Amino acid sequence: MSSLERSDVARLAALARIEMTDADLDRLSGQLAVIVDAVAKVAEVAGEDVPATSHPIPMANIHRADEVRPSLAQDAALSGAPEAEDGRFRVPQILGEEA
Amino acid sequence: MTAVDAAARDWTRATAAEMADALAAGEVTSVALVQAHLDRIAAVDGADPSEGVHAFLHVNAEEALATAAAVDADRAAGVAMPRMAGVPIAVKDVVVTQGMPSTAGSRILEGWIPPYDATVTRKIREARMPILGKTNMDEFAMGSSTEHSGYGPTRNPWDLERIPGGSGGGSAAALAAFEAPLAVGSDTGGSIRQPASVTATVGVKPTYGGVSRFGAIALASSLDQLGPCGRTVLDTALLHEVMGGHDVMDATSLDEPVPAVVEAALAGAAMDLTGVRVGVVKEISGEDGGFQDGVKQRFEESLDRLRAMGAETVEVSCPSFEYALAAYYVILPSEASSNLAKFDSVRFGMRVEKETIEKTMLATRAEGFGDEVKRRIILGTYALSAGYYDAYYGSAQKVRTLVQRDFDAAFAQCDVLVSPTTPTTPFKIGERIDDPLAMYLNDVATIPANLAGIPGMSLPAGLAPEDGLPTGFQILAPAHEDARLYKVGAALEASLVADWGGPLTAQAPEVAQ
Amino acid sequence: MTTMTYAQAMDEFDPVFGIEVHVELNTRTKMFCGCANEFGAEPNTQVCPVCLGLPGAMPVTNEKAVESAIRLGLALGCSIRESSRFARKNYFYPDLAKDYQISQYDEPTCYEGALDVVLDDGTVVEIGIERAHMEEDAGKNTHVGGTGGIQGADYSLVDYNRGGVPLVEIVTKPITGMGDRTAEVARAYVATIRDIVRALGISDGRMEQGSVRADVNLSLRPKAVAGESQDDVPFGKRSETKNVNSLRAIERAVHFEAARQASLLLAGRPVVQETRHWHEDTSSTTPGRSKEEAEDYRYFPEPDLLPVQPAREWVEELRGTIPEHPAKMRARLREEWGFSDLEMRDAVAADALGLIASTVEAGTTAQSARKWWMGELSRVANDREVALGELPVTPAAVAELQGLVDSGKINDKLARQALEGVLAGEGSPTEVVASRGLEVVSDDSALEKAVDDALAAQPDVLAKIQDGKVQAAGAIVGAVMKATRGQADAARVREIILQRAGVEG
Ligand SMILES: [Mg+2]
Ligand SMILES: [Zn+2]
Repeated sequence: MSSLERSDVARLAALARIEMTDADLDRLSGQLAVIVDAVAKVAEVAGEDVPATSHPIPMANIHRADEVRPSLAQDAALSGAPEAEDGRFRVPQILGEEA
Repeated sequence: MTAVDAAARDWTRATAAEMADALAAGEVTSVALVQAHLDRIAAVDGADPSEGVHAFLHVNAEEALATAAAVDADRAAGVAMPRMAGVPIAVKDVVVTQGMPSTAGSRILEGWIPPYDATVTRKIREARMPILGKTNMDEFAMGSSTEHSGYGPTRNPWDLERIPGGSGGGSAAALAAFEAPLAVGSDTGGSIRQPASVTATVGVKPTYGGVSRFGAIALASSLDQLGPCGRTVLDTALLHEVMGGHDVMDATSLDEPVPAVVEAALAGAAMDLTGVRVGVVKEISGEDGGFQDGVKQRFEESLDRLRAMGAETVEVSCPSFEYALAAYYVILPSEASSNLAKFDSVRFGMRVEKETIEKTMLATRAEGFGDEVKRRIILGTYALSAGYYDAYYGSAQKVRTLVQRDFDAAFAQCDVLVSPTTPTTPFKIGERIDDPLAMYLNDVATIPANLAGIPGMSLPAGLAPEDGLPTGFQILAPAHEDARLYKVGAALEASLVADWGGPLTAQAPEVAQ
Repeated sequence: MTTMTYAQAMDEFDPVFGIEVHVELNTRTKMFCGCANEFGAEPNTQVCPVCLGLPGAMPVTNEKAVESAIRLGLALGCSIRESSRFARKNYFYPDLAKDYQISQYDEPTCYEGALDVVLDDGTVVEIGIERAHMEEDAGKNTHVGGTGGIQGADYSLVDYNRGGVPLVEIVTKPITGMGDRTAEVARAYVATIRDIVRALGISDGRMEQGSVRADVNLSLRPKAVAGESQDDVPFGKRSETKNVNSLRAIERAVHFEAARQASLLLAGRPVVQETRHWHEDTSSTTPGRSKEEAEDYRYFPEPDLLPVQPAREWVEELRGTIPEHPAKMRARLREEWGFSDLEMRDAVAADALGLIASTVEAGTTAQSARKWWMGELSRVANDREVALGELPVTPAAVAELQGLVDSGKINDKLARQALEGVLAGEGSPTEVVASRGLEVVSDDSALEKAVDDALAAQPDVLAKIQDGKVQAAGAIVGAVMKATRGQADAARVREIILQRAGVEG
């Protein structure tokens, strides 16, 4: 009863911005279905009464004082950029606007 | 030791503690130590990824020698020095190093030179330890064999056809091949301990938050922990004290002093464990099959040694461990899918240029990431997606609570818990590459500690009789009690080394050159 | 399809709306790193590994931002959650450095509040607040080529200076029952939020610079038929109009959307649940991404950050710092000051209430304070094209100036000259009066001499005065004022003239 279909993998890959060819989907879908079925057992044990743990060591309220620290110089900030122009990171055309 | 002896000595075989002492005594220079290791790297690491150990992705010769020369000059001028000043070190490529390539084993970061240092890198520089280079790893630390590196696998110095463990196979192999006396590792589900086990070296995953993660390229933020790797328990402790401590740049960093691990290692070497209660965890000690005979045998012998030194052993049960592996393989991919989103070709790293940014991102990530990374990103994207969150991520976080409760109950009865580190000795390269689930089983004994944030150590337990390959002994302690690992570990090590006549790594076959 | 007007739409349908307001906090540094939070720097100079999302970098929460968010929550009547936390909102976009936004999701710090909004006619409307949560801003894309808009651009350039700037997002509950006052209420609500964040001092509240930004959700549903409660009529499909960034635009966006949706519905066509973009130039909206193909944001707790658990005592301490509701404060001040509606409205519009209040506090009457700020100072501010508050004069100086007038040391005309000196940086009003020699001439002997001189120069006038044509004294007053360069007290001069003429006193 695999819960993960090939079409799911294609949809998830698009959501994760990883292009997948048919060959990629052929190769990865089967493996992923097996893994998903294996890890699905997490839902078997933990009941309603068990709280979720996000952080292994319980801590809270770790804040930073509102004090300015040095920023990177512009050329250091851009040093890894595949492409830069006028002190900015250059990217190909953006289609559609985000929230 | 006379000057002639010191000059003739092969310093790559020395422990880091011995190197520090010899430097302080003026018996050797840091430049000589660094040069000896650079020579060793040149001799065994392979000129090409297809040959040799291939532990290093980048050798930082020039800067390491310059650091060493500055240390030597200051020492000659009588400047006060940190204890480990001048002792060379290798750094896992997951840790960012300003001015030095940092790829996390991924092609998507090929050629990226970070404009900043990780906190651990800064601490190593402040300790004035020359950085020999960056070590190979499974891409973004996803793997247990270093076969998933984007730059070719690292080979186990015990047998170049076998895996050195992962994801920190490069760091462990560098130690086992005498290419470095110390190395930095990262452990998300066993990536320090499992490579230590299969290369007969020592590795420690500190308590979560004990070493700053700032500048460690994140795999799974709630599981990741940087830690020290060495060939002896004491060396590992010395590095632990260099790396550890509170950091304001990491909100999850523990605001408490570094545990006195060097003192604990020295105390343990006296081989007296009277009053120490050692729990053998039923679920990960090999009772239920799946563990190699020789691994179990060496583990049992190690327990005998602990008892002989006065420790009391009891069996404890952690029933939720049955679900730990599944929980881990939900939490890790989920967090990783988000942590790896930033590799989008905009600010750094690879770009496969297409007509729109969306297509560029799709193509770049398709080309830049390897299959294991893609698998885990898809898995994590699935586990977090609308309608599946509760069943997967939510449930896994609950299993995490159950694992913690099991540990709490076990530690109520024991000071430390123990198990074999890995079910088997190192397997052959390629043997499990197409079977992710089989690969994941390597981590069955190491993963629970990451889920609970507790510290763990792996140290050599001897060679498996049937294949002559290393087995590892894992020690776990409650959170914040890292010192217990070193006390018990140093005791067991002293007992074993007394019989072996020296560290186990000395028995490794010479790497074919 | 018939095009409806807003009024017609409101006749035919029952509107339901909700507003999301993003407030940029004026902390010194960003939400999760120590980069300066300042508007207008060179691109990518206020960035670091954290806000650039470089591999390995980690966020740490800005304590001041947490404090500001809690204070804002308290001002909105919200409960402050004992344990709240951050989550990651995952989506890919080039201005979002990490490709996830750190925001709050299922456990926002402030939740369940209510805010009174006072309309122009004094009607008070209570707006339910769903939540107020902390998050980080994104960077800024500049589109190059084409028309400069996103459509048809050749490529884009990204500046991350704004990336990571702290935001509080305030989300209302669905607001119903406002009928044709919907647009007015929407506008008044955002104006109130703006006033509150300014009064709290947590944001400059400048909508034109984007430090307060609003998204307007609107849907229409049929009016209840006889015997049916409007509450039982399900909501219609809504549109979400993004980035409506002025008060006027909010009203217009509601007008446009209501009319657009009504036109569709009356034509029997469906309203699509979607995001729409606001166009200031045409006062209209156009479709963006439709919600059907909306992203799956895959929220999960941010593992790099720990829960925010504000101590109860701290929250109570912060509650003590919450200023009075701006509309209620205005009503109280109008009463106390005795201003007319018009005077009050003008003062509010000029952003002069605080200045007037401080001037009154420094010891002058409300009307005098109003007269200065809304008169001479407004004129100067207008000439200089600056806000009143930016003029180089303090309320204390204005009070001092009025004090000099009240004590008769200077007259109104001299006071204006003294103010000119103050604005020119010559010192306090008293100092300017001294250094410019502006004091009213009150030494009678000097005045008497000037009067005698003037009377001697115009004997015919003296004769007229003595004849009983007292109003002729004006010419002599004028001459004396001229001779003393305006520094004489005109009333006193008149008295002396009449004395000299032997007419009175
Ligand atoms: Mg938001
Ligand atoms: Zn920053």
